[in-house]
Amino acid sequence: MYPESMQESIRKVEATRAKRVQVAKAGQPIVKPMSDEERQDVLKRFHPDYQDDARRPVRWGPNESEPLTADVADVLETYPRIVPERYDLSNPDFQTDVLIIGAGSAGFSAALLAQQAGVKVTLATKLRLGDANSMMAQGGIQAAVREDDSPAIHYLDVIGGGHFDNKPELVQALVSEAPGAIAWLRQLGVMFDQDDEGKLKTKPGGGTSRPRMLSARDYTGAAICRTLRDEVQNHKDIDVLEHMSAVELIKDTKGAVAGAVFYHLLTREHYTVRAKATILATGGFGRLHIKNFETTNHYGATGDGLVLAYRVGAKLAFMDSVQYHPTGAVFPPQILGFLCTEKLRGMGGQPVNANGDLFVYPLEPRDVESASFIREATERGNGVKTPSGHVGVWLDTPVIEILNGKGAIEKNLPAMLRQYKRFDVDIRTEPIIVYPTLHYQNGGVEIDATTATSVPGLFAAGEVSGGVHGRNRLMGNSQLDIIVFGRRAGMHAAEYAKKTQVGDLTLEHVNQVIETIEALNVPREKISPVMLPDYIPEHVKKRQLDTVRKGNIV
Amino acid sequence: MMATETKMVSMVVMGESFRVPEGSTIMSALEYSGFQLTTGVGCREGYCGACGTLYREHGDYKLKGGLACQTVVSDGMHIAQIPFVPADKPSYDLEELTPDEDSFKKIYPEIFRCVACNTCTKICPQDIQVMDYIQCIMRGDIATAADLSFDCLRCGLCALRCPAELVQYNAATLARRLYGRYLAKPAVRLDRMVEDIKAGKYDEEIESLKTMEHEELKDRYYKREVRTK
Ligand SMILES: Cc1cc2nc3c(=O)[nH]c(=O)nc-3n(C[C@H](O)[C@H](O)[C@H](O)COP(=O)(O)OP(=O)(O)OC[C@H]3O[C@@H](n4cnc5c(N)ncnc54)[C@H](O)[C@@H]3O)c2cc1C
Ligand code: SF4
Ligand code: SF4
Repeated sequence: MYPESMQESIRKVEATRAKRVQVAKAGQPIVKPMSDEERQDVLKRFHPDYQDDARRPVRWGPNESEPLTADVADVLETYPRIVPERYDLSNPDFQTDVLIIGAGSAGFSAALLAQQAGVKVTLATKLRLGDANSMMAQGGIQAAVREDDSPAIHYLDVIGGGHFDNKPELVQALVSEAPGAIAWLRQLGVMFDQDDEGKLKTKPGGGTSRPRMLSARDYTGAAICRTLRDEVQNHKDIDVLEHMSAVELIKDTKGAVAGAVFYHLLTREHYTVRAKATILATGGFGRLHIKNFETTNHYGATGDGLVLAYRVGAKLAFMDSVQYHPTGAVFPPQILGFLCTEKLRGMGGQPVNANGDLFVYPLEPRDVESASFIREATERGNGVKTPSGHVGVWLDTPVIEILNGKGAIEKNLPAMLRQYKRFDVDIRTEPIIVYPTLHYQNGGVEIDATTATSVPGLFAAGEVSGGVHGRNRLMGNSQLDIIVFGRRAGMHAAEYAKKTQVGDLTLEHVNQVIETIEALNVPREKISPVMLPDYIPEHVKKRQLDTVRKGNIV
Repeated sequence: MMATETKMVSMVVMGESFRVPEGSTIMSALEYSGFQLTTGVGCREGYCGACGTLYREHGDYKLKGGLACQTVVSDGMHIAQIPFVPADKPSYDLEELTPDEDSFKKIYPEIFRCVACNTCTKICPQDIQVMDYIQCIMRGDIATAADLSFDCLRCGLCALRCPAELVQYNAATLARRLYGRYLAKPAVRLDRMVEDIKAGKYDEEIESLKTMEHEELKDRYYKREVRTK
């Protein structure tokens, strides 16, 4: 299925395969992992975050003058979608104890725990329940369950992977509650992969010192997310609002967050939800296409939570770093940017250059691995070119079958096999081309171990939050994060709600945002939350009389 | 692939024909044509089941199903998006169920109306043996049903085509949950780890890491033993 122009390079990959397999079978790393100095060097010179235009100081708000990812600073310096004096808050359409915004696995976990705590729960989300990054995770979820592993070893991996910037109390909660989180999911009926004796299967992952990745084939996120969704739907007392996109948080006159204003994507009406406690579980920002990268993220991942939180005064943490996943698909063009799970490397898949040579330890932390791919394809000129002009490196997937036995891919990587088969590439016999793709929001709204933000009444959990992973998340720790901190958010928000009386509702903070943004001379058409990305071509938008619009529904 | 002049093909949406670049998926073709999608779109990578689509290809009487984000447009293709399939989702308490056909008799009694026509299997964009998993459930073989249905995305196309009006994917979800809850082997090490943590076995070590000087922590990290097997 690969065009003739790429065949020569494929033959080179095939020529070195037997030798590489031999090295892998010896049980040692096939390429020596990098030292601290080597890591720093490749990051500085090749990681997109380290380029001159990657960051800029944000000009207002809780993080004023702190350098943030430039696209994030842009989206924070925008006008709100609603004008407070024209919006009537006096008759809330819904009243609740705990409002959860975002229905991925963090939102579901929070909903279940808050419901269990005996408070009224409302779960509102942009698209349908489970249209979320949570559903897409393929590779796995980390938890220390092996004989030779422990939460302490897990701790060291997390904090080293995050370049020692993570908040220690958050890492502690993450690793200590990991096995319990898995037990909870199993109790709800999630089918994790087990061996014949019943032991949970563990695979190595980037930056982990023990094989610690638990999986449910390569539909791990789906297996978890669809189970949680089903359980949420079993509790009819959890109010569910779909196609409702939060456009602004509401405060009360005491300065606490007290609900949100939503925009209904189908009817275009606005709704007010008044709540004693509000949990942001809105996920990440891949669809902002930072630095014009392709992304692995779902359609609604537009970083809305950051804007909502920032406008009520919540502080952001580590919003100067972006996770690029090393193995985004490059060919065929229909799947450009799609994720090729890290499990491919966890099971022995080898990154090789156009000459068929190994050039990097396959399981470096993601930022280091990504930077190495970029170095190989640019500075060293060993990239593989596709007919559409994209460049990448090979990921030699046939090695997986050789190392793990025939049928291993079909059994363990059915989603990957299917993904490529749809476009006539058989990953069991042909390698694939990969290049870094925009994957994960490392930082976010700063939380403490109870998931409280710096603003009373506002909690945050999951990808929207910041602090757990420092400046770089390891594979499998996000799926873990959303369960551990989703549960914590549900519990703590419920406790908070029980003690809280909501004062009069106000959007005065939004007026202040408008004033501030005016003073910054931001063009009027720049509004957020972005809500949905915009993929309509320019020539069509011209006919729609809509050329100024960027990623917003008007 | 992309030559300098992109070749165009036509895609027919609700009877209206749109010219779109050859090689586009149905989803990107819709966007190319000016539709801002708010339904029938989710993860865009074949994991969430939001973009089920029915289509007929030019000159072929067969009604086919696919995911809009994964199906390439062919010239003259007629499409209809199926963003929602009407179906109730009954409540149940997993703790009160048994992993056998009795649970289904209570919650999804309609599945026993299956007439084994195999229409569901033919439409499934995930190539799942849908009829087989339904038949397994009817026989009480929950383990096989859970295994066969594992890759189901709940796109709903099977339920739309079923002459017996089953909602197969709901039954499949229950089968997998019953398997995970009752039939999967106990995870011995996991339970022991949960107990050890509860007993505080790792508290001291983690506390010391939490308070460790940056340099020492770094040293510990880079010197740690890495096992891949
Ligand atoms: C392709 C892919 C593969 C991955 N693989 C792995 C893996 O193997 N292991 C791992 O640990 N992690 C993985 N991750 C990361 C992990 O899955 C996510 O970080 C995690 O699921 C985020 O969960 P969440 O609940 O915080 O957010 P999400 O699951 O993204 O949910 C957020 C929800 O909020 C909604 N929302 C957004 N804005 C608004 C708004 N304004 N109003 C209302 N609702 C809103 C969204 O529509 C969505 O439903 C992967 C991510 C992707 C994209
Ligand atoms: S079994 Fe039914 S709902 Fe599931 S993927 Fe196949 S057609 Fe879609
Ligand atoms: S379409 Fe319905 S009746 Fe036919 S085999 Fe499938 S479940 Fe049975």
